[in-house]
Amino acid sequence: METITVKIDGQVVEVPATMPDPITGKPAPTTMMQACNLANIIVPHYCFHEKLPIAGNCRMCLVQYGTPVMGPDRKPILNPDKTPKIAKAPRPVVACSTPISPGMEIYTNTPEVRKMRQAVLEFLLINHPLDCPICDQAGECKLQEYTFDYGSPVSEFIETKVHKPKQALLGPRVIYDAERCILCTRCIRFTRDIVGDDALGIVNRGSYSAISTFHGRQFDNNYTLNTVDICPVGALTTRDFRFRMRVWFLKETRTVCTSCAMGCNILIGSRNNIIYRFTPRENDAVNSCWLCDFGRLNYKWINRKDRISTVFSKTENGVCEEVDWQTAIEKIAGYLKNVKPGTSAIIASARLSNEELWLLSKLKKLIGAMSDSVPRFDKADNFLLKSDRNPNTNGAILTGICSERIGENLQNIKNKIEQGELKTLIVFGEDVVKVGITPQILSKLDMLVVSDILPNATTPLANYLLPGCAAAEKSGTFTNINLRVQKFNKAIEPPGKARPEYEFLSELLVLMTDEKSGYTAKEIFDKMTAGIVGFNRMNWSKLGDTGISVEKANQ
Amino acid sequence: MVIKRHKLNLLDSLYITAIIGGLQVTLRHFFKKKVTLQYPEERHLVPPGYRGAPYLVKDQEGRTKCVSCQLCEFICPPKAITITPPGPEIDPSTGNVEKRPKDFKINMLRCIYCGLCQEVCPEEAIFLMEDYSLSGTSREEMIYDLKKLLSLGGVHYDEVMKWKKKANEAKEQKVFPPIEE
Repeated sequence: METITVKIDGQVVEVPATMPDPITGKPAPTTMMQACNLANIIVPHYCFHEKLPIAGNCRMCLVQYGTPVMGPDRKPILNPDKTPKIAKAPRPVVACSTPISPGMEIYTNTPEVRKMRQAVLEFLLINHPLDCPICDQAGECKLQEYTFDYGSPVSEFIETKVHKPKQALLGPRVIYDAERCILCTRCIRFTRDIVGDDALGIVNRGSYSAISTFHGRQFDNNYTLNTVDICPVGALTTRDFRFRMRVWFLKETRTVCTSCAMGCNILIGSRNNIIYRFTPRENDAVNSCWLCDFGRLNYKWINRKDRISTVFSKTENGVCEEVDWQTAIEKIAGYLKNVKPGTSAIIASARLSNEELWLLSKLKKLIGAMSDSVPRFDKADNFLLKSDRNPNTNGAILTGICSERIGENLQNIKNKIEQGELKTLIVFGEDVVKVGITPQILSKLDMLVVSDILPNATTPLANYLLPGCAAAEKSGTFTNINLRVQKFNKAIEPPGKARPEYEFLSELLVLMTDEKSGYTAKEIFDKMTAGIVGFNRMNWSKLGDTGISVEKANQ
Repeated sequence: MVIKRHKLNLLDSLYITAIIGGLQVTLRHFFKKKVTLQYPEERHLVPPGYRGAPYLVKDQEGRTKCVSCQLCEFICPPKAITITPPGPEIDPSTGNVEKRPKDFKINMLRCIYCGLCQEVCPEEAIFLMEDYSLSGTSREEMIYDLKKLLSLGGVHYDEVMKWKKKANEAKEQKVFPPIEE
């Protein structure tokens, strides 16, 4: 690969001569901004985003540069100390769209550059309402940050500010405040070039310019909320998160979205055990910097009031009573020890983690049970959202809970219960009434063990009801649609007596076999990867924050 | 260090001089102006700038000045302040301010009267006032809510009225959307 050596603030860096264009992927000349990023030197910017086409309109990334002076022989003229003579360019350039050349020197922190930044900020703030106390972006606002770093303490603009529309609805999920907008066009470029929905544009002229949807159109594709993330100021805010919590209070947990098989990397923002928002986390192997609106807004059920939070057991005369975990697990273990092979079945959700599915597959072998998962398919879009809405279908296949054709065994299980062959059913995280195993059929069972998060048609019929955890309340791993194993982490505490499924499954297996599988997700994962071909050579610490693909680990 | 005791002379050892000295002081105060207050019926007058209990204020037009920016909640060293933000529903009654706290709680048992909330407030909405002896019969009673804080805080005269100024500017330019005539 061809490289170019440049000097940035006195630091010599060798960078590739070309870098892939974020949209087409074709090689494009490396820009000063990319070179600075590679050298870990931050050049303040607004309109530049490494995943979007270059616009070069905010002028915030102005830098000074110099190039070597060439002699008549096209060789650099040297100074007396043998360093090449540098001719400083008379004017600054925007780092985001100026390509580098060999021997170039870039100055990003000279007094002149800082003065230019101050001047640019002064222009950007001319019509800015300065309403940080009511702005949701405060705390993660680039305008706020750079003004703090480089801005002028006073404004010379004493005239009346231009007022523009506020609280304007661009679409069903995005609110636009035109006064705060600095017209960087990141949102326009994102929706046009990344999503392919050319919904936004700039209307009016001069100080009255504003972002708007085209006439008669709504900004309502499935990726609108990403524009809120990339908006460097508070112009675009989400209707969902708006005025709900200030961002500096939120604890950020690196985890994975569970709304489809894609497994987009996210950050959960929570405070005092309440989840406030999901934001995308960069992972170029999965979701780049983006997240679909469907997955992003699919978190409210976690804080629902009717979560199952106590262990229930049904007595002989059919009355539900609360029991403690130890009694329930001991009684279930005692019962399962006496189950004859071929008389039981396990229906485990593909929303459980790899570790939990593996523990269930161990239980399956132990009691000689049939098993399957419930398929969950819906409409996919052409970007991130996949038709498979289970986050861990591949995990269920790899651990042997279901076959490649997920759900093919369900009819079989139903028939066998009806015929009275199956007497024990263990259900984890699914509503089996929905897939056709009606309460009448379930009443033929001797034992129905259910673990779930929210009440459904199956949970009241259970002999033992064990409260489980949402993915945000436990740790573990998922295997996504492209066989990438990714870690998810605990953001909040589960409600009441609910516990992670792997914890009580592990206890159950210890009572039945005396073989210890570990009690944390890490211990179980490391034991599991030793046992399953698909996962071998992986371990918990190697997974990191962005995961490893199964094929890669096998090579 | 051991301090050596002086040996008392005859006059001192009689103690009568000391008693007379003491009685002189008593007698002097007997004829002076009384300084004792009949607390709690009578209250000590605090000097201006005294840091008593923090309360919320309204401006002269009756607008709750707090916009729920939660900076005081952030800065509060003993974590006495809890604010419930208004949430995403657009409330037309807030006008161009857009935001007003749904609830604002100060746990007066936790408050240390440091005044950081007043210092950090960008809207001049919270002030440490003159109350210094708060009491209640339960812990719950000592957690003051929005209504109570506003009624105790009263009106703070706002010379600038920045939000009103902004709204008027926008009205003149005829572009501000929540214009209600």
